Amino acid sequence: MRPFTYQRAATPAEAAAAARTSGARFIAGGTNLLDLMKQQVETPSHLVDVNHLGLDRIEPTSEGGLRIGALVRNTDLAADQRVRRDYGVLSRALLAGASSQLRNKATTGGNLLQRTRCPYFYDTSMPCNKRKPGSGCAAIGGFSRNLAIMGVSEACIATHPSDMAVAMRTLDAVVETIDPAGATRSIPIAEFHRLPGNTPQLETNLKVGELITAVVLPKPLGGKHLYRKVRDRSSYAFANVSVAAVVADGIQRLAFGGLAHQPWRVERAERETRPEAIAEAVLAGARTTKQNAYKLRLTQRTLTSVLQEARA
Amino acid sequence: MSNPSGTKPFTITRRDLVVSGAVTVAVGSGSAHAQTSEPKAKVSRASQPTMPVELIANGTPHRLTLDPRVTLLDAMREHLNLTGSKKGCDHGQCGACTMIVNGRRINSCLTLAVMHDGDKVTTIEGLGSPEDLHPMQAAFVKHDGFQCGFCTPGQICSSVAMLGEIRDGIPSHVTRDLMAVNYSDEEVRERMSGNICRCAAYPNIIAAIREVHEGNT
Repeated sequence: MRPFTYQRAATPAEAAAAARTSGARFIAGGTNLLDLMKQQVETPSHLVDVNHLGLDRIEPTSEGGLRIGALVRNTDLAADQRVRRDYGVLSRALLAGASSQLRNKATTGGNLLQRTRCPYFYDTSMPCNKRKPGSGCAAIGGFSRNLAIMGVSEACIATHPSDMAVAMRTLDAVVETIDPAGATRSIPIAEFHRLPGNTPQLETNLKVGELITAVVLPKPLGGKHLYRKVRDRSSYAFANVSVAAVVADGIQRLAFGGLAHQPWRVERAERETRPEAIAEAVLAGARTTKQNAYKLRLTQRTLTSVLQEARA
Repeated sequence: MSNPSGTKPFTITRRDLVVSGAVTVAVGSGSAHAQTSEPKAKVSRASQPTMPVELIANGTPHRLTLDPRVTLLDAMREHLNLTGSKKGCDHGQCGACTMIVNGRRINSCLTLAVMHDGDKVTTIEGLGSPEDLHPMQAAFVKHDGFQCGFCTPGQICSSVAMLGEIRDGIPSHVTRDLMAVNYSDEEVRERMSGNICRCAAYPNIIAAIREVHEGNT
């Protein structure tokens, strides 16, 4: 690890103000950031510890939803009685990710901000436009079996690895933030993560020093909540493809993981009924490599299976 | 073995040896901030700003002054001589470093010691001793829940905390009804997936955990 200075912030405003310089990073659970720092993929000069900001509660909103503090641990969010009962897709997605040890540390805000697991992003001896803009992409034409097929660019075919964010996309969650000047704003999760384009190093629409303070869930949709994750082993692995589904009277919400640089949801596909038609709309414009073309059929088949269960 | 006096037991650590051997160019009094833009620079340990931190290690408070880069795992192993917890992958993938912090099992390799000021940290040394084994330690011995033993301290810390998670009703990926959490071998296999055993002692680990669970109910 490169040297850094460390500061424990006491309030969200203090934390955001302390992170106004480009070399600063927030640290919450640290399970992704510290790993990247050991590899020297991330080399922050200053760490702002946000673990003691009082953002670790889940509270009801006046609209009948839930406000999840950014520092709520993945374990606590998945186990919350209201989340289990009313937002089952979110509990299921969280429990499908990582290991118990990691979920005990990892936070709601940090989960949204985790970096891709593309092997070339981690390997500092290889080109990677995300790690070193302009250096090229070793994944295109390289080991791309688990990389993106939707919304990709010539610069990057990395995926966003989160399961939690995929479930939040079906729920139309809203991310709340505070910036270094103390201004707050709400960002719909659909507008939170970016596609790679020519700037794959920019993964979200957060500004420098902007701190996630909470994620708000609208009032419950009811219906059936499913999260199906297909992976290379039955536990503790990232998704090849995952499907989050909320199916209720007149409601069919579907989001996909393992396909893109962001949770992938195509709203107009949700008007279709037949799984094949839905998959066709969701996967329109796909750009595959030889190694990851299997994701097209896998997505359709996983979706078909999920819808059979949801409509049963 | 733990160090009852609470003082740093070694006058020279392996880290000191490695650092003194490796450093050819010591960066002098420049700030840590400035050094990050100089990839070739070797870093002198003495030039790093250190920070005070108190860890309650297996019930005993220890005051340490640490480089902020020191992980909780390295603080416990190299500064408090609690070498039961093992460094396997050092990337949160193997679980050999699992400790119980404020009642929760975590990967101690993926967290900084300075983030744990005042925290209660339990390692294998805090669960039991050779003369007075924790029931989970005794069950691992009885059921041959290991071969080489490298992953065992992490497996045991993890399994003790894991039974607590089931008792607290925390669901898992294989829990069919999210509102009803019950013990089963399937649940244990899923919940222990963050602890890898290259000797593949898994069936015996499951048997050891089952025995402790049945003894508790």
